[in-house]
Amino acid sequence: MLIWMMILMPVMAGLLSWVIRGFVARSILLVVTASVHAGLVGWVWTQPLTPEAHAWLGIDALSLLFLSVTSGLFLVVAVYSVGYLRREAVHRVERDFEEGVLFSNAPEARFVGCLLLFLASMTLVLVSRHLGLLWMAVEATTLASAPLIGFHRHHRSLEATWKYLLICSVGIALALLGNFFFAVAASHSEQTVHLTLSTLLSHAPALNTTWLKAGFLLCLVGYGTKMGLVPMHTWLPDAHSEAPSAVSALLSGALLNCAFMGILRSHSVMVAAHLGRFSGDLLVGFGLLSIGVAAALMIVQTDYKRMLAYSSVEHMGILALGVGLGGVAGYGAMLHTVNHSVTKALLFLCAGNILAAYQTKEIQGTSALIKRLPVTAVFWLIGILAITGSPPFGLFLSELTILKGAVQTGHWISAGLYLLGLGMVFVVMMRAVLAMVFGPAPSETIMQTEPPDSVWPLLALVAVVLGLGLMVPAGLDRVLHAAATCGGML
Amino acid sequence: MATWMDVTAVLVILLNLRLLCTSRLGTCIQTVAQQAVLLGLIAFLQHGSDLGVELILIVLSSVAIKAGLLPWLLFRSLRQCNTSREVVPFVGFSLSGLIGLAMLAVCFSMADRLALSELPCQTLLIATGLFTIVTGLFLIVSRKKAITQVLGYLVMENGIWAFGIAFALQEPLLVEMGVLLDVLVGVFVMGITINHINREFDHIDTDQLSVLRD
Repeated sequence: MLIWMMILMPVMAGLLSWVIRGFVARSILLVVTASVHAGLVGWVWTQPLTPEAHAWLGIDALSLLFLSVTSGLFLVVAVYSVGYLRREAVHRVERDFEEGVLFSNAPEARFVGCLLLFLASMTLVLVSRHLGLLWMAVEATTLASAPLIGFHRHHRSLEATWKYLLICSVGIALALLGNFFFAVAASHSEQTVHLTLSTLLSHAPALNTTWLKAGFLLCLVGYGTKMGLVPMHTWLPDAHSEAPSAVSALLSGALLNCAFMGILRSHSVMVAAHLGRFSGDLLVGFGLLSIGVAAALMIVQTDYKRMLAYSSVEHMGILALGVGLGGVAGYGAMLHTVNHSVTKALLFLCAGNILAAYQTKEIQGTSALIKRLPVTAVFWLIGILAITGSPPFGLFLSELTILKGAVQTGHWISAGLYLLGLGMVFVVMMRAVLAMVFGPAPSETIMQTEPPDSVWPLLALVAVVLGLGLMVPAGLDRVLHAAATCGGML
Repeated sequence: MATWMDVTAVLVILLNLRLLCTSRLGTCIQTVAQQAVLLGLIAFLQHGSDLGVELILIVLSSVAIKAGLLPWLLFRSLRQCNTSREVVPFVGFSLSGLIGLAMLAVCFSMADRLALSELPCQTLLIATGLFTIVTGLFLIVSRKKAITQVLGYLVMENGIWAFGIAFALQEPLLVEMGVLLDVLVGVFVMGITINHINREFDHIDTDQLSVLRD
């Protein structure tokens, strides 16, 4: 009942957005829906988590953890978007920052509507306990978010939208084939097993191992495309850099987690079938490759939003690594999911403020942030320090936990490569960002200052990033442990 | 019954080869639609006597969407784009055909290893499914126009469906319907995006969508 409300309410609100008129009504709709959704998720925290055995929808610890992140971020982004849309609505036709061509935005009703449908589809991904339903929901997230990426209708954003739609749809189609392979593996045992998670988990040892392995590989490639694992990441930097910053924040902070969920669910089935080593090694391999390639590509970036996008690829690699190693590192990966989502959303929203003030995405063209946008500059610096894993922020803690896990299980080479990647990213990002924040002031006069409603929603994110670095509350710790167990890591 | 199934499966394979070799976009769209009808037929033949209401519903709606609604959407977007009705390939048509034949051989040898039962018709169906998936992927990477890439995606989807039929996999009605809905909305959104691309660029050649790169 509660779950149905969490899914259907944003759907209704999303459809309503096309019907109602007026900016104020639509803003209220967006913020109220986001708040109610967050309230419902908050209420789940007070309830015992016992998903029914054969139910298709249910909330276990893993769902709850990811759902809280998604819902919380969505609320912040909703509040931020209201201010953003108000400023965008002033101009009917805009001039493109980079090439000076004229373009107009997609209608606001579509933006708000798709945003809400996006929330509904992500919720469905996170609460699905049937692999087929999960697949369907992941594909739905692609379709709901594609119009958001193409919100500014100019040729670069259309290119990004097209790549996103096609690459992700094809990738996800492979995951469907992977689901079919799981079904074949299941039909080969004595009794027919349905693709609900609980039945798959309880019958896992009896399933055909060859088909399971092939199925997992397809799911990893399929959902990995959407999660942004190298070498299937090619859509990610384009989509993240061309989408409006509020959307980039959701893509990076919430959508990538949904794809990660698909991989986690398949991994948990593999672990139950005693094939955890096979799937774990694959995850470690993809993870290290993603960290390395992302770190290398970050060096040549001249665009700060693309730099953030590659940082997302890197962090998805870290998550895959943590889950693949399992044990302590698995717990670290769960903590890292929360930390990364919050921090990356903070950074993308800051990037949105910087873009609005400087009208350029070039790192070179942005300097003296601290004088022109003092609050954003401080948040931006905090975010960058956090995302590169500096203490005392949450990511330091979770990255250290994953390292500890790697060392404890004797994966010395993985640990070394992981540290090397993190070190490279730290140097590259710091070099770029320090110049942006403290560089000499540009000669032209100040055109725009930061509006308060583009800054204060970010305060919540800063508080969480800092808070999680200082301490992990007991309740969260319990859920993190339970989530790692659900994902087959403990 | 088995003979008919073999004949239909071979027809699906031939349609794949036709997709690889034809130069007209309209023919390609029709071919994909015909393929969907044939796959629906195979589903009926495979299940033979034990046809449930659920299955009939799934197959009929799948055929209606994939052979009726989607081709209509694609033809409409083709008309609106006012583009030439030719497939523009990166890989020539005769070479595509030859590559197709080679892929077919590989798919048959793989299907031999994948088949779970000794029934020969299952091997043929698995090979058909795999070959259809590979044809779809090949169309996506080897053709220039955005519409051909959507067609490739649909062909791939058909292949996955054929694979499901080969193993008599029955997902629950809700999931099947959801998958169909996703494909439908997916093609719809892709069609809209193609229209926007056409308006912005005056063409729908994806090789010229290359501003964003590292």
